[in-house]
Amino acid sequence: MEDQDIINEFLIESAENLSRLEQEIVELEQRPSDPQLLAGIFRTIHTIKGTCGFLSFSNLEGVTHIAENLLSQLRNGERTLNPALISLILETVDIVKKELAHIESSGKESGEPYEDLRKRLTLACEGKQTEQSQAPDPQKSITGKPESEEAAASQTSTGSSQEVERSTVGKQSSVADSTIRVDVGLLDKLMNLVGELVLARNQILQFNSRQEDANLNSTAQRLNLITTQLQEGVMKTRLQPIGVVWNKLPRVVRDLAASCDKQIQLVMDGADTELDKSIIEAIKDPLTHIVRNCCDHGIETPAIRTRNGKSPQGTLALRAYHEGGQVNIEISDDGAGVDPVRVKQKAIEKGLLRPEQAERLSDRETVNLLFLPGFSTAEQVTSISGRGVGMDVVKTNVEKIGGAVDLSSRVGEGTTVKIKIPLTLAIIPGLVVNSGGERFVIPQVSLLELLRLEEDTAKNQIERIHGTPVYRRRGRLLPLVYMNEALGLATRSANEAQQVVNVVVLQAEDRQFGLVVDSVLDTQEIVVKPLGKQLKKVECFAGATIMGDGGVALILDVARVGRKAIAVQEREEAHSESEQERRSAKAVQTYLLFRAAGLRRAAIPLAEASRLEEVPQSSIEFAAGRPVIQYRGDILPLISLSQVLGKGHNDTAFQSDPVHVVVLRTGERSVGLAVDEIIDIATDVVERADESSQRGVLLSTRIGGKVTDLLDLQALFAACGAQVFPDVAQSLDALRAGISQQWEPMATVEVVQ
Amino acid sequence: MSTQEVSQSGARRYATFSVSDMFCGIDVGQVQEVLRYQDMTPVPLAPDVIRGLINLRGQIVTAVDLRRRLRLPERNEQQKPMNMVLRCEGGAISLLVDEIGDVIDVDGCQHELAPSTMDPFHRDMVETVFKLEGKLLLALDTAKVLRIDTTP
Repeated sequence: MEDQDIINEFLIESAENLSRLEQEIVELEQRPSDPQLLAGIFRTIHTIKGTCGFLSFSNLEGVTHIAENLLSQLRNGERTLNPALISLILETVDIVKKELAHIESSGKESGEPYEDLRKRLTLACEGKQTEQSQAPDPQKSITGKPESEEAAASQTSTGSSQEVERSTVGKQSSVADSTIRVDVGLLDKLMNLVGELVLARNQILQFNSRQEDANLNSTAQRLNLITTQLQEGVMKTRLQPIGVVWNKLPRVVRDLAASCDKQIQLVMDGADTELDKSIIEAIKDPLTHIVRNCCDHGIETPAIRTRNGKSPQGTLALRAYHEGGQVNIEISDDGAGVDPVRVKQKAIEKGLLRPEQAERLSDRETVNLLFLPGFSTAEQVTSISGRGVGMDVVKTNVEKIGGAVDLSSRVGEGTTVKIKIPLTLAIIPGLVVNSGGERFVIPQVSLLELLRLEEDTAKNQIERIHGTPVYRRRGRLLPLVYMNEALGLATRSANEAQQVVNVVVLQAEDRQFGLVVDSVLDTQEIVVKPLGKQLKKVECFAGATIMGDGGVALILDVARVGRKAIAVQEREEAHSESEQERRSAKAVQTYLLFRAAGLRRAAIPLAEASRLEEVPQSSIEFAAGRPVIQYRGDILPLISLSQVLGKGHNDTAFQSDPVHVVVLRTGERSVGLAVDEIIDIATDVVERADESSQRGVLLSTRIGGKVTDLLDLQALFAACGAQVFPDVAQSLDALRAGISQQWEPMATVEVVQ
Repeated sequence: MSTQEVSQSGARRYATFSVSDMFCGIDVGQVQEVLRYQDMTPVPLAPDVIRGLINLRGQIVTAVDLRRRLRLPERNEQQKPMNMVLRCEGGAISLLVDEIGDVIDVDGCQHELAPSTMDPFHRDMVETVFKLEGKLLLALDTAKVLRIDTTP
């Protein structure tokens, strides 16, 4: 199969070369001593000869070899050109064409030896003109140089017209004819026109939806269909397989491996995944950079690999695939991985992160710190990488084309960099929202989900941490940005604003945030148009587009809006009265208080509890000796505190009927914590705490004015064998960090919420 | 194409219009077209001289309110501005003006620089004053008028 591909490539390339060759040979008649022309012709024949040899078309190779000898002599000035020689060369070209056509139709050579031509070519090489030689115009005297420009010209025209005739015969659907080369500029223009057409189509469709005319309706439908197909077609013309970029990577990897004394095997999967040409251009450098990084930092030397029980040869895998209108490119190695601890250290050393911030980051967030400008964990700066420029440039470049980069890593097992990029730049899917009476488009790439909060939920779930609105999204705090405020738009009247809150959850750069809009309208294919230079200082907008009704809508630059909003929030924080107070604000948390297993007052962060249930004792069943209940179609394992706390803590939870169960979620799994009684929910600042020696209890502290034991959820989950997912662990870490921060330096400061 | 080049090339014709009490002109070579009032999409956070974006046959054109640019009093609400679309590098720009006048041939007309008693801000915007019969035509320096990103 691959051989056939190579042969096809060869046929296309040769057909192009040959048509140029004929032109060149004809020109050569007029300028017989032009060394460049001769060199060009020689090269072409030489290439064909070489490829024939490679593909074992020995006959064709033989003929072209002799022709090459002749041309070589001509080039070196050992022989002067005359019309007889030229026609001999042209004849050779014809034979080559004939053979190529035969190869194309049957896959092999015709087997004809062309003895006559070979003989004449050989004789010509030896300096003897043969009687059989056929000049295109025998009446003309044969001399070294054409007698006059005119004569040469007339000869040229007859010669070339013959060639045209010959070449058009019997070549209907050859491989070479089924492809053409097109100027990229023309494709760009076509793409723009299609963009305009899409806009016009959108307008027609909108207009049509208000009309009754059946004729217009069907025409509009047809227009819609054709436009969509045309758009796809034109987009396809610009697509190139990603292999175009990947092709040079084996060499890069080989050289790098050699220079670092490593053994690296490169595996490529999905090289035929197609992408817009402009995007291919844009990802070329980032991709190479990541690959270099993987080779240099990721994969270890054979000695270390063997010591760690891996095969001495490291594997670097490239994978590309389409997913939901986007292209994903994954670059993964099976090397050392990125050590989050070291990354944190480094980030703190470089002043990119405060220690207390570092504590709160999950491993995943931590490794993505590598994309911060000025970051490099390489102990040594090598010639290849480690200068601290690079990964941030990769990120900026990818984001510039509307893509996203994510890095995940497991220490000792390897690193995967995942790049997500749109198929094309000119026409993108977008979400149309309304805010302050104006429409805005949010590129779908940055969109994570849409939340619609009804009046009651909105009131309860949108809270303010020191003036910054946040929403509890599955246990984690999502900062909210009100679009009306961020863009200085007219806000809705107070009673309107209270009804429903629409939150568009967006991912920009390394942060997620919720954008609160007045309403969500529609998703649409939009054509991105640039804004005038007068507006370049206005950040927040990536461009504008024309909507179905002919109006203009601005396209939001999600990254900038996020950055701006966060910057404002940080400024506001800085304005707050004191640094201590700001810190304490972060430690404010809501706790669920309950009595269980002899603890009079135990607490867990409310965010960790997904539901409170009362279960009749009779519904408790046992699976593998452990109590479970059937809960929402799943089996929910129950744990009691006594299991965790150990001896001296009697299990009283299962004695009451109904049993009170706090459902805790850890990642995808849930567990039920059986308690004696739910006491209360309290919001408080945990200000003084004593680390508890009791297993299962994190801290003993004061919540709601009374001494309370804050439970160690990790220990709880461990007790029931559930895996602790990073986000739970992280919020616990955050809690610890928040407490220790304020309790060390200012133990006596009374904290006001 | 700069205004100077055209003025040196002989025939000088100006597309005229009025804003507030000023009668102004812009070299016709720079004017792409004139349109009546168009709906605009306001651009949040943009300087207030930028009134919005106009859909001009699929092109997105920035509309600059000349009254605001020249620090003249606001139009009353009923008065809809006209668009004078100028060709500029990097796309077209529309100037919102009150009324559109004729194209006037100023060849042979006497002209001089704006009087030194005029306030410096406006004098800077006016390239030349043509003394027409009965009135004065202020030829605007479009490069300066459209240099917006430096003004807040």
